[in-house]
Amino acid sequence: MPVWFIRLLVLLAAFGLLELACRTGSIDRHTMPPPTLMAVYAWQVLASGRVTADILMTLQNVGIAFLLAVSVGFLVGVVLHRLPRLRRAVDPLLASYYAVPVFIFYPLFIVIFGLNNWPLIAIGFLFAVVAMVINTLNGFDRVPRVLFKVARVHRLSRPAEVWLITLPSAAPYLFTGVKLCVAYSFIGVVAGEFILAGAGLGYEIAFAYNNFDNRTMYGLMLFLLVFVTAVNMALHVWERRLHARRSRGS
Amino acid sequence: MAEAATAREAAETAAHVSVQGVTRVYPAVAGNASVHALGPLDLTLSQGEFFSVVGPSGCGKSTLLDLVAGLARPSEGSIRFEGREVAGSVPDGIGVVFQEDASFPWLTVRDNVAFGLKRQSLPRGELAARVDYAIDFMGLKDFARAYPAQLSGGMRQRVCIARTLVLKPRLLLLDEPFGALDQQTRLLMGDEVLRLWRETGATIMLITHALDEAAMLSDRVGVMSSRPGRFIEILETGWPRERDSRIVSEDAFGRITSRLWSLLREESLAALGGAGRVA
Repeated sequence: MPVWFIRLLVLLAAFGLLELACRTGSIDRHTMPPPTLMAVYAWQVLASGRVTADILMTLQNVGIAFLLAVSVGFLVGVVLHRLPRLRRAVDPLLASYYAVPVFIFYPLFIVIFGLNNWPLIAIGFLFAVVAMVINTLNGFDRVPRVLFKVARVHRLSRPAEVWLITLPSAAPYLFTGVKLCVAYSFIGVVAGEFILAGAGLGYEIAFAYNNFDNRTMYGLMLFLLVFVTAVNMALHVWERRLHARRSRGS
Repeated sequence: MAEAATAREAAETAAHVSVQGVTRVYPAVAGNASVHALGPLDLTLSQGEFFSVVGPSGCGKSTLLDLVAGLARPSEGSIRFEGREVAGSVPDGIGVVFQEDASFPWLTVRDNVAFGLKRQSLPRGELAARVDYAIDFMGLKDFARAYPAQLSGGMRQRVCIARTLVLKPRLLLLDEPFGALDQQTRLLMGDEVLRLWRETGATIMLITHALDEAAMLSDRVGVMSSRPGRFIEILETGWPRERDSRIVSEDAFGRITSRLWSLLREESLAALGGAGRVA
């Protein structure tokens, strides 16, 4: 049995069980509608066009947070790699970074930036950026030292060495950083919208929740779940392809 | 005086590689005393010779190779390649194959081999022809489109040799290139290297810990002492230029390896800190 088929079975079984629990009344219909109904709600909410602007706004904020996190994270990683003493000083801070609930700073950002898109972007950025820093450092650390000797034997200039040896060698780790940044930007932005915002997917879900609007809430939740999973799966598949030819049989 | 100096200069320019009074001392860092790793050492390689270096582990064999390659600077003394001082950068015409797998995992075998040539402005036809030749020569024809990860360790080392060979090095430095391979593969790779050596006319310096490998491949074998490494003897094998791994069954091969081992045994014991020394 191919792996993707098993994966599909696992998903179907999970949804099937939930469907069963809802349909038989084990889970109250007013608490949670069965997944098939959620799909119908999702379709209705999306087709109505009522949330299109929210979705686009969320995607835009995630996009900006992601791009900032990847570029700043990469640059910081490069700088730290070049400055080993500074790196040794901040290494423990980086390692414990994800123990800090960055969302506590959200109110502060609202005070600083005002109630607009920037506090959300800041939260998404902060949540993602360190993943990129860590993976950049990791990637550069793992370039085999002998490859730098090869670069010198080929008499490569410093920029040529970086472009032809360091970056391609570190690419799989950089890609992992990029992948994590997508996920973390999403989490950061949507969670921020959830807490306090005037628009966006997270805001719409929270608004529906506060107004006992189960249809919109579950519909949008399912949509968000499917969308984020699809994006990450696509990146995962791409990553696997990159890795496969480099690691098969070793 | 002047005559002697001119004579010495003439000898140096005739020599393909000349190493004179070279030492390598690693300076003291953070409380550790400085380490005298190598030398003083003299060595002259003539054009087209196959020279091997054997020695106990930690004697500075690889340091010597790094110095000759220009990957490191000597603390004292001078190293000349084709009459020109090698000083901290790798001169044109030197190729190096390392013990570690140095193939580029993100490139196909063909792109690996073409790596150095792509940085020279060659007509595309010539580039392709030279890459094809190197791939053919190292028996990689069927794997040209494969990635290194899909190959065995021996094949990956062939990729690295082909990548070096394609640049037509006049001096080929081999740093225990077969160290990680099994015995049969090593003997066969030895044959490949002999074939390559004859075909290219390059001077070869091979660093190895395998005495049989040194005895079989070389015109001369330099035996190094334990650290700081110096040559305690340079042994001529007297093999004909046309030779291959079958010479391991000859009497002379046995004599050479036992001579190498008798020279190295004491040194290896010394390198181990004298433990197990037998009276």
